[in-house]
Amino acid sequence: MPANTKASHQMHWLKTRNLTYVILALWVLFGIIIPWFAGSLNAYSFLGFPLGYYFCVQGSLIAFVALIWIQNWRQDAIDDEFGVGDE
Amino acid sequence: MSTESVSKRPAFLDNLGKVYLLYTLGFLGFFALMAVFESLGGSAQAIGIGFLLFTISIYAVIGWLSRTAEVDAYYVAGREVPALYNGMATAADWMSGASFVALAGGVYFGGYPYLGYIVGWTGGYVLVNSLMAPYLRKFGCYTVPDFVGTRYGGNTARLCAVVILVVASFTYVTAQINATGTIAAQTLGISFELGVWLGLLGIFICSMLGGMRGVTWTQVAQYIVLIIAYLVPIIWMSNKQGFGIIPHFSYGGAVARVAELEAQYGLTAALQPMAGLSVLTTPHNAPGDSMSSWKMVSLSICMMAGTASLPHILMRYFTTPSVRSARRSVGWSLLFIFLLYFSAPALATLTKLQLLDPTLATSIIGKSFADVANLEWVKHWTSVGMLAVQDQNADGILQLNEFFMRPDIVVLATPEIAGLPFVISGLVAAGGLAAAMSTADGLLLAIANALSHDLYYKIIDPAASTKRRLTVARVLLLFIGAAGALVASLKLTGILGAVAWAFDFAASGLFFPLVLGIWWKRANTAGAIAGMVGGFASGSLYLYLVFNKIMDPWLGIDDIRFGIIGMSVSVVAMVVVSLMTKEPSKEVQAMVDEVRVPSGKTILSSGH
Repeated sequence: MPANTKASHQMHWLKTRNLTYVILALWVLFGIIIPWFAGSLNAYSFLGFPLGYYFCVQGSLIAFVALIWIQNWRQDAIDDEFGVGDE
Repeated sequence: MSTESVSKRPAFLDNLGKVYLLYTLGFLGFFALMAVFESLGGSAQAIGIGFLLFTISIYAVIGWLSRTAEVDAYYVAGREVPALYNGMATAADWMSGASFVALAGGVYFGGYPYLGYIVGWTGGYVLVNSLMAPYLRKFGCYTVPDFVGTRYGGNTARLCAVVILVVASFTYVTAQINATGTIAAQTLGISFELGVWLGLLGIFICSMLGGMRGVTWTQVAQYIVLIIAYLVPIIWMSNKQGFGIIPHFSYGGAVARVAELEAQYGLTAALQPMAGLSVLTTPHNAPGDSMSSWKMVSLSICMMAGTASLPHILMRYFTTPSVRSARRSVGWSLLFIFLLYFSAPALATLTKLQLLDPTLATSIIGKSFADVANLEWVKHWTSVGMLAVQDQNADGILQLNEFFMRPDIVVLATPEIAGLPFVISGLVAAGGLAAAMSTADGLLLAIANALSHDLYYKIIDPAASTKRRLTVARVLLLFIGAAGALVASLKLTGILGAVAWAFDFAASGLFFPLVLGIWWKRANTAGAIAGMVGGFASGSLYLYLVFNKIMDPWLGIDDIRFGIIGMSVSVVAMVVVSLMTKEPSKEVQAMVDEVRVPSGKTILSSGH
């Protein structure tokens, strides 16, 4: 493959990787840290729910759905920027 | 036959929206018809039979229309499934009899640590999307071991992946066939063993002729049935009992009320426990100390990593037309799964409130013992041995620790507790059957495909003709299904125990070899084999020791969380061995670079 394509692919991968790291950090927050501290969060209330309970049954789930859609939206933009979007 | 299916396909794909809309309306129409039939005096059993026969015949028709003689269609549905429909198919593939039947009951009895399943079985999809699906789609493999075998090279790595896949999926599939049998037996009034074999027959109809293509289009149909069957009773019950039009966002008050009532009645163990049945002893929402946090989070981590390495899920993303549509379909999958998962805790809470709260007409705790024992639904579930009320302290009043129930009947019994018509119970049975059948289809296909493609074609007989490959695949499907039904009829574990194990097996053996194969160029063959063998063997050994009580669990890591042990060993073994041995060849490293670029040709060509 030509040198400039190679450099462009490397840049594409760098951006893809950084986006993935950000998404995974948020995943740790909603999937591990918040459920861990559910007990303390229960002191607050949200929509009438104890907050910690709310995250475990609804809030984190909504966050996961949003994370995937946001990641895909950003990833499509990165792919298009480097001309490797496949559609 | 193949020319006929080629000319039919485009027309069907262009009209997917219309076809499934018509199907959904047809199903709702059938539901209305059954409701009328009930009001004219139709029996509960006739309604149940009607629901099962109607839905199974539709799946059978779809299975027949999707028959194929092409390798690409059989293994990956021709790679032409649009993202939205692949999302529905994945959701059905994913949500098993356990999710549908047992999840709400688990939340009812398990309290906070159990919520690890809810968070884990949804959060895993973030991993599927960021780490796995798009890259495996670009790879162009037919099965998960196909990726392992090509990325790491050599038959040993491929064979290790096949073994782990078979163990994990087989553990899971027996639970699904068990659930199919339970539902068929209860609804049709036949024996459990006969129910198991009848359920298996239904599963074969969907998968034998069309392979992945047949399974895909029946799974879409099954998703529609299962989600209607899960949401309609919850919303109906909520409206009837005055909990709000859509209870999901407003049951916060019920959570607080349940906590009050639990304190009032006291959560104590039964005076005389009954085998197989439980009384409520875990508070609904009381996270407590860091040990309970660890129990919740460790369970959730095992389920998340397992989600991202279970082959029957990953292979669904091989069926989309492109890398971008594979990613998009992960988004749809989780959205469709979310609809059920955020409903299950609502259902568990409201059902509990209905039984406990003395201000509600449906309550039984604290009522006169004789009255409760005479309730229709109590009598019905007692007669099949899934519920019991016993006045163990002989005070004539039903106490909380005198009400015994099998956890997995919460969903099935709720319509009766709330006094909904029979037609709802028929609907729930059809939904549970759809959930169990669709997951069993996916799992059986994953096992049979790995054995026929990776073991038979890639290792034993690479010169086999297309016809022979597909014949082998179908015969294997038949044998594995029969073996699964045989094991299921022995009733070894409850539905949920076996399901959690499947996730732990997959996470222990496959998670790191798959992730690092894409994300770490330095990962090599020896490392991958060490990771698979080390993780899988240590996890299995730990399970064996803890489950048989030969040793005490470390740090509360019990038999449903052994993936924590397996994964830790797997990642250490894989990294250390990879670094100690030679780095992969230039070609392999170039292949990894190529996988990371979404556009262009797949690594493995079609029909490989």
